[in-house]
Formats: sequence, C-alpha cells, structure tokens
Amino acid sequence: MKSREMICIVCPVGCHLTVHEDTTAESGYRVEGNQCPRGAVYGVKEVTNPTRVVTSTVKIKNGLLPRLPVKTDGDIPKELIDECMKVINSVEVEAPIKVGDVIISNVLDTGVDIIASRSM
Amino acid sequence: MMLNYDIVVIGGGPAGLAAAIEAHKNGAENILVLERDRELGGILQQCIHNGFGLHVFKEELTGPEYAERFIQELKDMNIEYKLDTMVLDINEDKLITAINTTDGLIHIQAKAIVLAMGCRERTRGAIHIPGTRPAGVMTAGTAQRFVNMEGYMVGKKVVILGSGDIGLIMARRMTLEGAKVEAVVELMPYSGGLTRNIVQCLEDFNIPLLLSHTIINIEGRDRVEGVTIAKVDENRKPIPGTEKHFECDTVLLSVGLIPENELSKNVGIKINRITGGPDVNESMETSIEGIFACGNVVHVHDLVDWVTEESTRAGRNAARYVLGQLKSEDNIVEIKPGKGIRYIVPQTARLSNVEDKLLLYMRVDDIYENMKMVIKVDGKELRSIKKRHVAPGEMESVNILKKQLDEFEDIKEITVELVEEE
Ligand SMILES: Cc1cc2nc3c(=O)[nH]c(=O)nc-3n(C[C@H](O)[C@H](O)[C@H](O)COP(=O)(O)OP(=O)(O)OC[C@H]3O[C@@H](n4cnc5c(N)ncnc54)[C@H](O)[C@@H]3O)c2cc1C
Ligand code: SF4
Repeated sequence: MKSREMICIVCPVGCHLTVHEDTTAESGYRVEGNQCPRGAVYGVKEVTNPTRVVTSTVKIKNGLLPRLPVKTDGDIPKELIDECMKVINSVEVEAPIKVGDVIISNVLDTGVDIIASRSM
Repeated sequence: MMLNYDIVVIGGGPAGLAAAIEAHKNGAENILVLERDRELGGILQQCIHNGFGLHVFKEELTGPEYAERFIQELKDMNIEYKLDTMVLDINEDKLITAINTTDGLIHIQAKAIVLAMGCRERTRGAIHIPGTRPAGVMTAGTAQRFVNMEGYMVGKKVVILGSGDIGLIMARRMTLEGAKVEAVVELMPYSGGLTRNIVQCLEDFNIPLLLSHTIINIEGRDRVEGVTIAKVDENRKPIPGTEKHFECDTVLLSVGLIPENELSKNVGIKINRITGGPDVNESMETSIEGIFACGNVVHVHDLVDWVTEESTRAGRNAARYVLGQLKSEDNIVEIKPGKGIRYIVPQTARLSNVEDKLLLYMRVDDIYENMKMVIKVDGKELRSIKKRHVAPGEMESVNILKKQLDEFEDIKEITVELVEEE
C-alpha cells in the first residue's frame, strides 16, 4: 500500500479520506481530507486493523420463531467475518433464551462472545 | 363486545410503545395497545443489525434489543395490550372497530387515540417497472423478515433497486448468508441511505453501487432470470446504448416508505401532501381533537431514536388531553418550510401548550454544503445554525426555546430556510 482512499463514517459529513504511507509520521501513516481529528484516527485504524460488529441469526428450537437474532458483543477483525459466519451457522440453540445470553463464547479466539439480541 | 378505555394506541411498534409508556407516566390509566402482529416491537424485530439507540441509550443496540427494553417497561407497568388484533376503523367519536380470532369483532370507546401504525414499503406496482411478473421480485423489507425471522433464504443471485437503508442493510445480510449481490441500482445521483451503511454494507463486500441507473426490464417466466439496467439522464430517463444485463434470481426493491394512513384518511384526518402523514400540532395532535399520531405514520424517520422522542410527546399530551390539561387556543402559529426545506413537523403550534421548547423535525430537499439554517418568527430572524453538510436522507432537528418565543406577540408564522454561508 502506498495510499488508499476511503470515506470516513465517524459522523454524517462523510469526508473523503486519503491515507498515505508516511514513515516520518508517528503512526506510519498520514491522513488527508479529514475535516476533524477523529477522521485521522479512523483512517489509520481502517488501514492497520479494521474491525466490525457482526449481527446474524442462529437456529432455535421450540421458540416463537425459527431464528434467534445474535450479535458479537464487541468488534472483531474484518477479515474474520466470513469465518465467524460459519461458526454462527453451525449452532442450534433451544428456547427459552434471554437477551444477552452467551451463545458462543470467545468466538475464533478473538476474546469476543456471540450473544442473543432478544429473549425468546 | 364493547370495551371502554381512556387511551387506545393503534400499533405496537416503537412509536406505540413509547406513547403508551409515557401516557402512563403522566397519570393516564386504562390504556390499551392494539397490535395486528403476533408480538410487540413493530418493524424493529426484523432489523437485527446494530445502530439503534445511540441517542436514547448512548449505546449501539440491535432492533430487537431496542424493542425489548420498551416491551419490558410496558409489561412492568401492567399496560394492557392485544396481539393479533387488527384495527379496521375509527370514527370521529373515537369509537374503534377491531378484529381478532379470540374476541371476534370488538368495539372500543376511547377518550383519546394515538395513531402509531408505522409505514409500509413502496412496491413494484407503485413504481412501474416494465417486464414480466415472475416470482423473486419483492420488497427489501419482506426479504428482511423472511431471512431474519423465518430463516428462509430468498435467493442466490440478487440485484437491489434503490439504495435506501433497508436495501443497503439487506445487501450485506444476503452476502453474509452466502448470496451474491450483483449490484445496488439507484435512480438518483446520490444514495438515500446513511453513509455508514454505504461503507459497511457495500464497500466492505465490494458490492457496486450504480448511481443514476435504473432497471428497465425484468426477465423470466416463472422465476426471475435477469434484469436489464441503464444509465439515466438528468430527467431520470434511460439513455439508449447504456443498457447492461445481469443474470439474477431475485430483485429486491428498496424504493421508499409510505406512512400507513388508511384509518386516518377514512375518519377524515387532514393528511399532508409531502409527508404522506397527518398534519400535527405541538402536541402531536391531528386535525381531529383527541386523536394523536407519532412515529413513521406521521413522517418517515431514519433513526428510531427520533421516533421514540416524538412518541413520548404524543403519549404525554394524550394523557394531558384525557386529564383536561391541554389548552385550546385561538392563535394558531403556522410552521412553514422555506427555501431548501421540504417539510417541517409539526405543521402548527399553540404556544400555550409548549412547555420549555418547541422541537421541529425537517428534511432538506437536496444535498448542500456550507449552509446555515435560518429560523424566522414573522419574518424576523430568531437564530441561525451553521450546517457543513445536509442531505435529504438525514433528518434535521431544530430546538426553539419557549422563552425566546415569549419575546414576540401574536406570532403568526415560524419559518426555517437554508441560506448559503458567506
Ligand atoms: C421494512 C422496514 C425496515 C426498516 N428497517 C430499518 C432499519 O434497518 N433501521 C432503522 O433505523 N429504521 C428502519 N426502518 C424504519 C423504522 O420503521 C422506524 O425506525 C421505526 O420502527 C418506526 O416505528 P413505528 O412504531 O412508527 O412503526 P413500526 O415499527 O412500523 O410499527 C407500527 C406497528 O403498527 C402495527 N399496525 C399497523 N396498522 C395496524 C392496524 N390497522 N391495527 C393494528 N396494528 C397495526 C404494525 O403491525 C406495526 O407493528 C424500517 C422500516 C421498514 C418499513
Ligand atoms: S473526518 Fe471528522 S468531520 Fe469528516 S466525516 Fe470524519 S468525523 Fe466527520
């Protein structure tokens, strides 16, 4: 990577950022196009360690519905999203479940749990 | 069967829940919520992604989590509700006709009604796409319900028409579940969705967003087999020679929401031409005294947090109405959109009922940079607010303090307009 373009999503302004490799900068990167400092932090994180929250559903037996919504209770690295979906899709739970119950603990050794996002 | 309640809330989504809870907190008793679905929570139960509640709870919740907090509060207050119950009619005397399988046809006499029926999605018929009528064409919201609640995958190769938030969210959802989303096709030169959704739902998964494009034909006999898209000119007319073909088995439509106002229209409530919802005053009361409205039935919201805020106001004022605390007043202030503003809710205000501030929600009519919003009272500037960036997809709000308004006499009109910043 020499430089990468992206849109900052920290606030609705949506600045168009360019992140350049820059060995003279402390983080190793220089961000252009940001209208405020939060954009610079976001830009560097996006090129060094982008993370996301994943939301999906798991199969549930004896529930009001056949699917229970779940989410990661923190960010996981973006490149693990696919693997994470495979783990989520391999699980089946049984009602009753309470919102916040841990469905899969420490998913893919990320230190993040997958929890129920409703009671059923 | 004939029942009597002080306040009946129609619709058990976030709007109805917040209104009922707040009415109870303000001293109303005998409240009933009527919901046609099998559970409370409204459309939130199918919105399993996160991003709800940043303003109300200061944390990012999923739709079902947000709903559950309010459902729990309602239950803790022992507020009555009926599920699987469809309201068929309301009349001017606030007599409600509803139906369900256990009670049959029910009549309910209310002292006040809160309309909270939400909105529905525009369908293919409403926007006239030519071509055959095969299976596999559905609204993005219908697909969302199938996938997220029933666990039924609706297709493998998908094209999405319209870049509203539901379409963007479903592009990611279908991809995560193993489908290939070929493209999101948007008629306008900009997306109607939130920027964070374009980044997290499309760019993260390399799904192309084709702006100024539309579907000009849907092919397939029994099931969708493909679509033809084309670029459009500035008059939104397809440009010959720009056609492109995509093979796909599913077309999702995310082409806008319409407030659900059949009940309101039938009883003769005045409907606003631009919002598609009832005109309301400072108390969220419609043109019929004692009938209030809140949430997506009034105007389409992009953030549920604002639905909740607006609905607590409707609930509190429904309680004040029943308790005889709401004042009628001869001087009605008109609240009008000026240059650059498409609409403002509420449309009128009786200042004696405004507590400490008057909160206005509005949408702009285009994307603008470096503007100021100027608030005027009878033509005199009251205040202006700098705006670096405004877009039709993101609702704006303006607070006007009661004590500022008290400095004027016999106010006729409040306006908000966009002016370029020098
Ligand atoms: C398909 C869809 C998906 C959406 N996805 C998102 C999203 O991802 N993120 C987001 O921020 N916003 C989303 N929205 C916007 C969302 O609707 C609002 O934020 C919020 O849910 C509106 O709350 P509400 O209570 O006004 O309406 P709703 O949640 O729609 O609730 C209205 C309720 O009224 C009931 N009802 C209607 N008519 C009757 C009747 N005659 N009798 C009895 N009950 C009745 C309905 O069954 C429903 O439960 C979506 C909207 C739709 C339509
Ligand atoms: S750089 Fe700052 S102003 Fe620009 S989008 Fe990001 S947070 Fe908003």
